[in-house]
Parts: sequence; structure tokens; C-alpha cells
Amino acid sequence: MDLIGEKKFDFTKNRKIAYFISSVIILIGLISIIFQGFDYGIDFAGGTLLQIRFDKPISTEEVRNVLGEFNLSRSTIQNLSENEFVLRTEKIDQEQRKEILSSFRENLAELDILRVETVGPVIGENLKKLAIYALLFAFIGIILYITIRFEFKFSIISIIALLHDCLIVLGIFSLFHKEITISIIAAVLTIVGYSLNNTIVILDRLRENIKLKTRESFENLINISVNQSLSRTINTALTTILPILALYFFGGNILSDFALALFLGMVAGTYSSIFIASPLLLEWNKIFKIEQKGIKITTKKKGKK
Amino acid sequence: MNWTKTLRVTSIFVVIFIAIILSFPLNEKINLGLDLQGGSHIILECVDTPNAPVDSDSVNRVLEIIRNRIDQLGVSEPVIQRQGAKRILVQLPGVDDPEAAVEVIGKTALLEFKNEKGETQLTGAHLLNAKESFDQFGRPIVLIEFDKIGAKEFGEATKNNVGKILAITLDGKEISAPVVQEPILDGKAQITGKFTVESAKHLAILLRAGALPVQVEILENRSVGPTLGRDSISKGVKAGIVGLILILLFMLIYYKGFGLIANFALVVCMLLIVGALAGIKATLTLPGIAGIILTIGMAVDANILIFERIKEELKLEKTFRASIDAGFSKAFRTIFDANVTTLIAALALFYFGTGPIKGFAVTLSIGILASMFTAIVVTKIVLELVANKFSYKALV
Repeated sequence: MDLIGEKKFDFTKNRKIAYFISSVIILIGLISIIFQGFDYGIDFAGGTLLQIRFDKPISTEEVRNVLGEFNLSRSTIQNLSENEFVLRTEKIDQEQRKEILSSFRENLAELDILRVETVGPVIGENLKKLAIYALLFAFIGIILYITIRFEFKFSIISIIALLHDCLIVLGIFSLFHKEITISIIAAVLTIVGYSLNNTIVILDRLRENIKLKTRESFENLINISVNQSLSRTINTALTTILPILALYFFGGNILSDFALALFLGMVAGTYSSIFIASPLLLEWNKIFKIEQKGIKITTKKKGKK
Repeated sequence: MNWTKTLRVTSIFVVIFIAIILSFPLNEKINLGLDLQGGSHIILECVDTPNAPVDSDSVNRVLEIIRNRIDQLGVSEPVIQRQGAKRILVQLPGVDDPEAAVEVIGKTALLEFKNEKGETQLTGAHLLNAKESFDQFGRPIVLIEFDKIGAKEFGEATKNNVGKILAITLDGKEISAPVVQEPILDGKAQITGKFTVESAKHLAILLRAGALPVQVEILENRSVGPTLGRDSISKGVKAGIVGLILILLFMLIYYKGFGLIANFALVVCMLLIVGALAGIKATLTLPGIAGIILTIGMAVDANILIFERIKEELKLEKTFRASIDAGFSKAFRTIFDANVTTLIAALALFYFGTGPIKGFAVTLSIGILASMFTAIVVTKIVLELVANKFSYKALV
């Protein structure tokens, strides 16, 4: 069985369409990030999260009314099922929490406390800093590795692809008011590490073809390489996405946003490695006026003059 | 089959065997994180107040008192550590009621007896003992007993306030306001308030362990009840099984005989991950389970790269055996590069991540290493064995 087979798609000819689609998605995301920012979860913003399960169905309104008595009506209330809720409020202390919970018990129904998380602003700021360090560390580490293993040009292209993938995920999270938590940062980091896989597979193939097929134009070499790698690119993406979907649908609410971020990142990563990364090499050569003969770009540095 | 081959096949079995030994029995060998077994992760900070500035000594005393309180709560294997100058980390695995535990830990527990003008007559500093009990009506109460100095002060206080109210407060909040009938000189008293059996017990613990010398603030508290912990495990396992079945089916349908080999390698990979987790005594968290599930998908990637490469080599009219060799050696570099970048990301997470997220970095890293091993070693050996018996056509 061969789903993809030997079909030849012309990726370089239609690359402008891909650039356009990506630009629009990223631009919308960026606008959202700039103007409405991120909805930071309590990990970063500080606050209190309560996950409670009533022993009978309760409406979100009823829960909000009780919170209103404590001047907390602006809290986010997420109902996981008809009797299970996740409440996110500003930071409330033990005493206040106790009063709120007993008010729930008196006015609504008996309940079970499943999860309590309280993060003070100091810890939140600290976690924010750590998240930024982690992202920087990963980015720099990966750039260094790619630069050592490949040409500098490849590493720049990989970074653009990475930024592309991260921006799409973060943009969508900002646009749809999805919370940014530590898990989401972990997902983004995983995407940073993984989405490179497919780009590397294709770039590796390109590097090989450059050596083997010296007579082809660079444009053709890119097309050949992407096509040759297409079935493995799609299959490896598919096998990674299948368990992520399982995680999203069966893994419970704590992991669902994490799985969603991974899913978006994997889709964006696969798309960018096929439609964006390799065609960008062509732009690079055009910008730096490198002759479109494969042989010239294999020898490091010579081509850059 | 020659010697080297026998040795290689044996080595696979030895590795699998070790992994199984390490991870059996599963529920004893795998440490569950607080988010899976239920429990609390608390960071306290000692805060300066005009009356009680924080110094190193007071932080140590706070640490001791909190340790004392936790011991009396009966938590098994708690972690109580000083973190930096003013912070204290407390981890309480497996507590049934994390909220109550947090309450007992964070309270200053300053017991005061105040006269009608609100002036403090004496504090609980000279308590000898405190224990929960019941009064003649069967209501929960707390019995307290002062030491010599305390008994004298208490005697004075009661003598000065006969016929008046001598309020008992905890951290400034009134617990009860009894009227003194006659001076109490034996240093024994009972506190009646609106207690439940539980709250009387907690107050007794607090009074026995003593008041904290400085005020503490809860900077971070992450508590998971045992119900949610169990729930998370079963959901994680379910997602893992569904993911695994999807992958096994996909590989079998798409790659047939090759897929079967990849599936075998995947199962070995899973065994290795669990064995390694048990072997290094890592803590499995909920994000850690997610890391394992993610690895299920990533593990077959290397196999896909190898199989696709072999297919290509066959198109160049090479023999099956030659194609296998060429396929592995050409795919190796790609597999290696791709995994190193994921590993760098995992390392960043491990280094800068906190709590459960660290667990994700751990399982992801172990998963990547195990999947590389299984793809490059296990798949290759199995494929070579199969190639001796079957033609390429028989596998696809």
C-alpha cells in the first residue's frame, strides 16, 4: 500500500501561496498577541485554582452567584461535566477558601475538593523567568547543534521554521483565550525539538541530492527532495499525532490543553517543513545571489561571497 | 546462525529481561508524583513583621515546629526542606484532606488569653500539653495544661478576672469567651468552642507543637485529592492504550511485515522506558505519562525512516540484505540529528522546569533514548533475521 506514491508536487512553484497562508495566520496571531496578549494561567499570573465535584448537577450560574458573594464573580468558571468545575480566581487564602467552600456546601450541594492550586505573584514571576530561560536555552542549543551539523544557512532556515511553528501555536492560544501555563510552555518546547525532525529529514535529503545530482537546478533539487521525503514526513507526523489525539480525547482535562498545543504544533511543524523550510532556501540563494547550481552551496562559506 | 548473531539476539533478550525485572511489580517499583497519588506541594515563606523579624534561627525553628506538626498529622514520608534564606518546601504525599493539612501547617497558632479590654493576659508559650477530648455533653473540646510558669501566670490571670470574660484567641481570632467562675491554680483548663472532632484534634496538634516564632505566608500550594490522582492515572493509562493501539494498527496496515517488526520494537521500547523509570527511581507524574504517550508516536518515526529508506534502496536494484544495510546506515544520521534536537528541548525543560513538568522531561528523554536504541539495534537484528527467511515481497 502506498498512499503517497511517486507523485510529483511542485512545491517551489507554488511556494508564494504557502508563504501567504503562513503570513496571514501568523499575522492574525501576532495582532492578537500584541493587542489582547496572553491569558496567563495561575502558574504565571498568580491566583487560585479550585477543582471541585458536587454530588449533584449544578449550573455555572449558581456557582458564579456564590463566588459573587465573595467579590469573585470575575473568576473563570469551567464546567467539566454537569457537576464538576474548575474555578480560577485571584489568589485567595486558606480562610477565604474555607468560607467559599462552606458557602458552596450550604447553598448548592455537598462537594469533593479534587485539586487546589495557589500560586503567589512572587512564584509566578519566578516561573515566568524560568519559562523564558528554558525557551532561550532550547532555541540557542538547537541553533548551535544545527549550525555544527549543517550549514549556517540551514540553521537559519530551521529557526525560521521553528519560530513559524511556535508563533502559530501561541497566536492561536492568544486568539482563543486559551490559558498559557507551564504545560503549554512544555508543549512549545517539545514542538521546538520535534518539529525540526521533519525539517532535518528533508534538509538531509537535499544535502545528499546536492552531492548526487549535480546537474539538476537547485529548484528541482528542492522539489525532488521534498517529494522523496513526502511519504515519510507525512507518516511520521501521523504516527506522532495519533497518540496526541488519544491524549486530547481520553487524557482528562488537565492534559487536554497540553495535547491541543502539541497537536497544533505538530500540524504547523509538518506543514512548515514541507511548504516553508526548503523553499526558503531558494529565497536565501536569491537574496545572496548564489548561483542556482547545487554544487556551489555544498562547499561551506565559498558560496556566500 | 553464527556466533555474533546469537550473541546479538541474546543481548536483546537480556535487555528485555532486565527491564522486566526492574519494573516488576509495577505498583511498588514506580514512584508516583503528588499529582498522581494525591498530596500537597507547599512553599512557605517566613515574612518579617515589626514584632518578629525573620532571622536564620527563626526559620530553623519554624522548620522544626512544622516538622513536628506534620509528624503528628501522621503523614508518611513527608519532605520538609529549607529552600534559600526564608523559604520552606513541604511535600505531603497521600494526604486525604490536603486542605486541612495546609491549614495546620500554615497557621502561626499563637494562643492568647485576653481580658475584656482586649489586653493579652498570657499566651500559649508555657503550655505543657494539649489534647482533644469531649465534655460531659459529648462535645469536642481541647484540654490544655500549663507548665509551672504558665500555671502561675494563668492563676494570676484568672484571679484578676473573676466574674469577667477571659477570651481565648488563636492568631487574633476568638475561639471562645468563657466567664471566669473562680481562679484556676492547677494550670489545667479546657477550651470549648465550635469544634468538630477533627478541628479539636488539629488545634491540639498546633498547641502541642507550639506557635511559630514568625509569620509564614503560603507562596505556592498545589494539592491534589486522592480521587483526582486515581482519576488521572486511569485516564492517562486509557489514553496511552488507545494511542498504542492506533499506532500498532497504523503500522500493521501501512507497513505490513515491516510494521509487525516496528510494533515489536515499540513494545520493547515501552518495556525499556518503564524499566528505566523504575531503575533510576524516577517519579512518574501526569505530564510524565503524557511524555510516554508522546514517545509512542515518536518511537515508530525512526522505524518509518528506516523502512522508507530500505524501499528506496531496493528501487536501485540492490539485494534485500544490501538494502537493509544501506537503509540503516543512511537513516542513522537523520534519526540521530532529529532526536538530539528533541533531547536538547527536553534538557531545557528538565533544567528549568519545576514539579510535574520535570517528570515530562524525564520520560521524554528516556523515551527518546529507548526509541533510538530499539530502532537502531532491535529493529535491525530482527530485520536481519527475517531477511534470512523471507524475501522483501513477503513482507509488504
